[in-house]
Amino acid sequence: MSAMQKLMGWVDDRFPLTATYKAHLSEYYAPKNFNFWYFFGSLALLVLVIQIVTGIFLTMNYKPDAELAFTSVEYIMRDVDWGWLIRYMHSTGASMFFVVVYLHMFRGLMYGSYRKPRELIWIFGVLIYLALMAEAFLGYLLPWGQMSFWGAQVIVNLFAAVPFIGEDLSIWIRGDYVISDATLNRFFAFHVIALPLVLIALVAVHLVALHEVGSNNPDGVEIKKKKDANGIPLDGIPFHPYYTVKDIVGVVVFLMVFSAILFFAPEMGGYFLEAANFVPADPLKTPAHIAPLWYFTPFYAILRAVPPLFGSQFPGVMAMGLSIVLLFFLPWLDRSKVKSIRYRGPIYKIALALFIVSFVGLGYLGLLPATPVATIFAQVFSVIYFLFFLLMPWYTSIDKTKPEPERVTG
Amino acid sequence: MKRLKNLLFLLAAVPVVAFASEANLHLDKAPVNLADQESLQRGARMFVNYCLNCHSASSMRYSRLQDIGLTEDQIKENLLFTAEKPGELMKVGMTKADGKTWFGATPPDLSVIARSRGADWLYTYLRSFYRDDSRPTGWNNVVFDKVGMPHVLWSLQGEMAPVMKKEGEHEVIERLELVKPGSVTLAEYDAMVGDLVNYLTWMSEPAQVQRKQLGVIVLAFLAIFFVVAYYLKKEFWKDIH
Repeated sequence: MSAMQKLMGWVDDRFPLTATYKAHLSEYYAPKNFNFWYFFGSLALLVLVIQIVTGIFLTMNYKPDAELAFTSVEYIMRDVDWGWLIRYMHSTGASMFFVVVYLHMFRGLMYGSYRKPRELIWIFGVLIYLALMAEAFLGYLLPWGQMSFWGAQVIVNLFAAVPFIGEDLSIWIRGDYVISDATLNRFFAFHVIALPLVLIALVAVHLVALHEVGSNNPDGVEIKKKKDANGIPLDGIPFHPYYTVKDIVGVVVFLMVFSAILFFAPEMGGYFLEAANFVPADPLKTPAHIAPLWYFTPFYAILRAVPPLFGSQFPGVMAMGLSIVLLFFLPWLDRSKVKSIRYRGPIYKIALALFIVSFVGLGYLGLLPATPVATIFAQVFSVIYFLFFLLMPWYTSIDKTKPEPERVTG
Repeated sequence: MKRLKNLLFLLAAVPVVAFASEANLHLDKAPVNLADQESLQRGARMFVNYCLNCHSASSMRYSRLQDIGLTEDQIKENLLFTAEKPGELMKVGMTKADGKTWFGATPPDLSVIARSRGADWLYTYLRSFYRDDSRPTGWNNVVFDKVGMPHVLWSLQGEMAPVMKKEGEHEVIERLELVKPGSVTLAEYDAMVGDLVNYLTWMSEPAQVQRKQLGVIVLAFLAIFFVVAYYLKKEFWKDIH
């Protein structure tokens, strides 16, 4: 026995190192037919690491103080060695996190990855999405620009729309009557400690649940049904080395896109960094047009599409909340005999297409000022968004499906 | 199919909504060229002479001007008026309260003004002042109506007066006309403002030149890495069918 084997033996007697490595990498059997859409899970993990590492370095130089915050960000951009690079990695990473997560969720919708037995993976995933939205919202206050301030003001005021307790609730959240230094400090604490802990924990359970039941695939068939004499799925291949080397290719292509934005268009035309956020926060000057960052705009459009009731915005807030809550029920709303879009009938395909068009359309409308015409479009798209979920039990059960194959194809 | 058609129609109409909701204000294209160091240096001189009395650039250090080809001695001799050392930030003596009293609003800090307003806006704004005796300063601006800032560069540009036209019920400004020439021609003035805006654009993110240079190297590295990663994947996957 070599010294290395001896050492491994010593560790394995005390900690399941080899067993863990096998269970999650070298003997975790993933379907061999993953396509393009299966890159985004590992990419989301990569972006999480980028955000945490760059976040640590930003924290070393950033000042969570209403008097100093805006200037400290500029100080990072100018006087801290490589500060601009770290800051842009973090700001680009924030938007790219949502790009990757939205594509990852779309993959789930296409191939039925949320269906039995993967309901909990999906639910943990939706929780990750919620935590990510909270994390992004909290972080956006920190540069203390006009959009940071007024965006936070608008969102916190949503809580004020809750009947009876709303006003007190919003003061409790802000720690003040307006967004102020107290708000900045608590948002900072949540952004750098509380939410990252929650995110990491949720990502861990998301992965544990995934590795318990095994990955879905573009055909939506269970590879564990057909095993060889050794109990290894016939269509499964070890995650390491096959998918690790494949994911490296995905990572490189992703980093090329990421770098192209970071180095040549870090503001991304005002979508990743808004022009108005280069003006320091001013509680006395309301900007003419307050738009949230692009990843929130679909929900913002739903909020604005719902007309106020008795002068209260509460129905809109409820609709916005419901639009996310519905995601949790997806595994039980879908009654189709098959999982993958490859074997589904035309109804689901049209429904999914309409849903995507509506979601993107809402995202676009959420960026614009609410004109009467834009509001009508937002209302149409909102209705389609909700019908996609609410009618799902009906249209998935009458949809004509094709038989699933026995084994994965191609 | 009919539903789909209606939807496509709806989608085609969306951009129209976008245009209808924006006020149409024509902005001239600013001649920004960060590779032109002489232009940046002329712009820096203009900035220090004309802007840096009321406006601060409190995130910007004088010493950073070395990035646009000036030596520390040149900065000390030509550009340090209120500061003592090149390492200092571009601050002004005027307090916020003074600014508010004198101009009705505190002159904004200009460190990142090109990022919030955009170069084209600044270029158009600085060329759109006109005489307006109804204003306390005697000046108004086409791009920024009732602006608190007087036409600081008037001795260069001269005095402009609006030429009005009727638009329905209202009289609107069609264009500006030179009524009293300044010390330079209008074309020369445009070029000077161009230099100033070029400088403001650079100052809003002094690292941007280095950023783009590094970006080329990073992308080149990733391109090579891609080839390696691609063939590595191919080699490993040979036996998977």
